[in-house]
Amino acid sequence: MSNWLLIIYCGLITFLTRFSMIALLKKEMFNDRIREILSFVPSAIFPAIIFPAIFLDNSGDFQLENNPKIMAAIIAMLIGIISQNIIATIISGLASYWFLIFVI
Amino acid sequence: MNNKFRVFLKGIFDVSPLMIPVVPFGLIFGVLSIDIGFSPIETMGMSLIVFGGASQIVLLQLFSGGASSLVIISSVGAVNSRHLLYGAVVSEHLSDLKLVWKIVISYFLVDQAFARSNEYFKKNKDKDKYFHLFGGGITCWVIWQTTTFLGIVLGAFIPEKLGLSFAVPLTFLALLVNDFRKLINVIVIIISGLVATFGFNYVPYKAYVIVAGVTALLTAAILTKLNKKNE
Repeated sequence: MSNWLLIIYCGLITFLTRFSMIALLKKEMFNDRIREILSFVPSAIFPAIIFPAIFLDNSGDFQLENNPKIMAAIIAMLIGIISQNIIATIISGLASYWFLIFVI
Repeated sequence: MNNKFRVFLKGIFDVSPLMIPVVPFGLIFGVLSIDIGFSPIETMGMSLIVFGGASQIVLLQLFSGGASSLVIISSVGAVNSRHLLYGAVVSEHLSDLKLVWKIVISYFLVDQAFARSNEYFKKNKDKDKYFHLFGGGITCWVIWQTTTFLGIVLGAFIPEKLGLSFAVPLTFLALLVNDFRKLINVIVIIISGLVATFGFNYVPYKAYVIVAGVTALLTAAILTKLNKKNE
């Protein structure tokens, strides 16, 4: 599939998830239980991107020793929990990563 | 002042503080997309056509990992399933709109605009209130396109050894900061992460994002049910 076709399909599915509910559904079709479960979607999906990017190397092998990403991610997570701030989390993670690879 | 315009400005005003974290997100997206090998036009096209930060970064991540188109598209769908919730929540406020407005509003229904307009809709009942979501959505749109463009320009000057691809897990980590304080969320996060990491090489077609997401969501369903029984 060409890159453009891929981009268009990804755009379509993104639009359709937003549009389908506005166009087709009434609020009553979602009970509290389904809403409660959907509220867990970020917690259920984002770690599937986060963990492999930290613990695996480019070829998909485990990289647990000499891996500055693990320490940097832990620092970012702690700063995130304390500050509840998105920018502070990203910057502290990148800063500690650069510190670990360039300074130490 | 025209009431529609007033509500539109209110939408811009309300969503603006939420734009601060979008700036690094957009820059990182632009830089990484060029780094992975998409052309500047394709990168700009992604921000214009998809217009969704998490969707676009998942697209990049899986594309660079060699996933098939079908898996990329369905993973983007999985990431977007949270929008089903937004749509269902705001639909009652938008049910009287013409189809063309429903289409326009759907394109602009991003996380930040949803969060602010949903609060506004609960308090205001006037018929022009959808202009609030329109104003907020356009604000997000302008910031997202601008920062994507700046990322594309900056990408040419950023050396690869800075390891900026590490910004991807960091931005997603940052989006979860509110969830680390809730026990059920923490368990769901760990399950999803472990399934994805151990399934990375074994789940066929690089569909590990979907497998991990479904497993973790089922866990959430079970845990919330158990939690209620104990109350």
